Amino acid sequence: MNFDFTDDQHEIKRTARDLLGRRSTFERVRAAAESATYDEALWQELRDLGWTGIAISEEHGGAGLGQVELVILMEELGYAVAGSPFLSNALGGLLIDHAGSDEQRARWLPGIASGEATATVGTIGSDGAELVPDAATAALIVLVEDGGATVVERSAADVTAIETIDPTRRFGRVAATSGEALSGDVAGALERCEVALAAELVGVAQRAMEMSVAYAKDRKQFDTPIGAYQAVSHRCAQMLLETEGARSATYFGAWAADADPAQLTLGAAMAKAAAAEAARNVTASAIQVHGGIGFTWEADVHWLYKRAQVDAALLTGARASRARVARAAAATLVKG
Amino acid sequence: MDLTFNASELAFRDEFRAWIDANHPGDAPDGEDEAYGFRRDWQRKLYEGGWAAVHWPKEYGGRDATLVEAAIFNEELARARAPFPANVLGLLLAGPTLMTWGTDEQKDRYLSPIMSGEEIWCQGFSEPEAGSDLASLKTKAVKDGDEWVVTGQKVWTSGAQYSKWCMLVARTDFDQPKHKGLTYFILDMEQEAVQVRPLVQITGEAEFNELFIEEARIPDANVVGGVGNGWKVALTTLMNERAGLAFGLQVGLKVKLDQLTETAAARGLLEDPVVADRLGDLHLRCEILRLTAYRGLTATMKYGQPGPEGSLTKWMWSDTNQQLMQYAADLLGPEALLTDSPWSYELLRSRGNTIEGGTTEILKNIVAERVLGLPRR
Repeated sequence: MNFDFTDDQHEIKRTARDLLGRRSTFERVRAAAESATYDEALWQELRDLGWTGIAISEEHGGAGLGQVELVILMEELGYAVAGSPFLSNALGGLLIDHAGSDEQRARWLPGIASGEATATVGTIGSDGAELVPDAATAALIVLVEDGGATVVERSAADVTAIETIDPTRRFGRVAATSGEALSGDVAGALERCEVALAAELVGVAQRAMEMSVAYAKDRKQFDTPIGAYQAVSHRCAQMLLETEGARSATYFGAWAADADPAQLTLGAAMAKAAAAEAARNVTASAIQVHGGIGFTWEADVHWLYKRAQVDAALLTGARASRARVARAAAATLVKG
Repeated sequence: MDLTFNASELAFRDEFRAWIDANHPGDAPDGEDEAYGFRRDWQRKLYEGGWAAVHWPKEYGGRDATLVEAAIFNEELARARAPFPANVLGLLLAGPTLMTWGTDEQKDRYLSPIMSGEEIWCQGFSEPEAGSDLASLKTKAVKDGDEWVVTGQKVWTSGAQYSKWCMLVARTDFDQPKHKGLTYFILDMEQEAVQVRPLVQITGEAEFNELFIEEARIPDANVVGGVGNGWKVALTTLMNERAGLAFGLQVGLKVKLDQLTETAAARGLLEDPVVADRLGDLHLRCEILRLTAYRGLTATMKYGQPGPEGSLTKWMWSDTNQQLMQYAADLLGPEALLTDSPWSYELLRSRGNTIEGGTTEILKNIVAERVLGLPRR
């Protein structure tokens, strides 16, 4: 039993925190969000560092590391609210890597690993795929429906740009009539996607908590830092509880993906359910702790709140994830 | 990262599991005294099998179990629905406190009977006017020759009626600021000057007692950790209290949640999305508690102390246990509210969870001040 990162993994985390702290400041996040663009220089740097291929095998141009390392990067990207196609490309990559044939992997993964020809994922509902991140710029769109998945080239799909409440990320609506099926374990690949997404949410929650604590130490009312009042300090403690709980579930999901796939279904459902809940609660709480200023466009808390809201809706919603946890738990009772 | 047990941890688990299978005492008898005697016999059996104090060092008769093995021990006890040993406060609190602060004579005298269950221990910390604010306690000890004369009142003293010894914190210097001036004693409960009065809880049973101490005598040799050092010694006890039980409690929660889930499944209620959502949420909380507890153990083993997650597990457990019992009452309906239902007992007992061993409010203060570094008021 060793529930901690290896030294190398800690090093990846430190490097990512450090780099993104310099390159994805709130000033840059704001500039990109307000101009509805991404920070191209940042994206190029992530590609040059090989992060885009971190969990893709070396054979296909990646770094050959695992879900845990991807989760570490995703958490830090969430912490920085970085605007880039990293998440969509990582999710598309996970689906093709874990549900595609050898031939499909060899054809598509190198472009995803280098960031040259990116992918994305959309879940088809009653009106087509509604909330597809980076649909307008991805080379490949993986559309998931009823447990199956098909890959369409963007040029063959009908993409309409949409605006969500999260201006740090671009979204589109996708309709497509034809595509190439992924014949492998789509459900398992989607579970990996959920864990990666959960990690971004954990990073978002961590940042919102840290900003709130710093503000509560600094902001004085009645000649006292507001963080000395229990109404505020207990709210901050609750933020820690939810963030750490979601982190435990997410790391468990990542470990299961790499080391014990039999537990991945439970781990992914837990990770997504806990992280979606935690990030929305913690970012909402962060607005409250910041008071009036927290409700302004000028303060940076809202980027986190908006990211949390839209991330929570991607792939599986929190309610469906909780129901899956209950089914997975009931199934183990019957078995054993 | 490796969230499986390694070979020696598995061997430990399998050995203990087999031992429990062969020695399980069955269900506890009715009646509080009978149930206590039953747990005392169980501890004797654990002791004879070499399982009473796995987390203690070998030199004191333990197994030198790692933190993970100690967690496994508690998980296995709870999973087998076997009782906790009778002298749980002696094993988890008094023993480790004496190992840290006791003299060689004290260790020789007290540790072995703690393990065998021959001498039961209780904890005399809280007072009517000193609950969360423990350091404001007023029980006083005055030096008289080579003895101390103790007068005061203690409350929430579990198992006092069965105890030979009490871990007593008393004020020995009234001129010092409140955290100083305290001393930690070993009080002999078998004297007229110590009166035990049971405190009946909302469940109708009396796990706790009040202690009325009127000029009780304690020899000098029973001071632990030096005169005036009582606050530090007491903190050792309190840290052990919050760390030790977590794993057993966590599995106890899981066992009850599984029972409720089985019942719901048998009645076809899992098909109801509202029920699935609520049970899913409880399973999620329960699993997160277990995972977070293991993260804390790993951090303690690797870095000597838990990270921020370490201060959260008692809070997570108590909240989740209360939510589970409340939900069981919803799901099972009126039958859960009848006094002969185990769920009605659990519903009432769970209200104590967010109070005992540090109220949730105090735990939040600790998290805010010591983990997040927020200012004190």
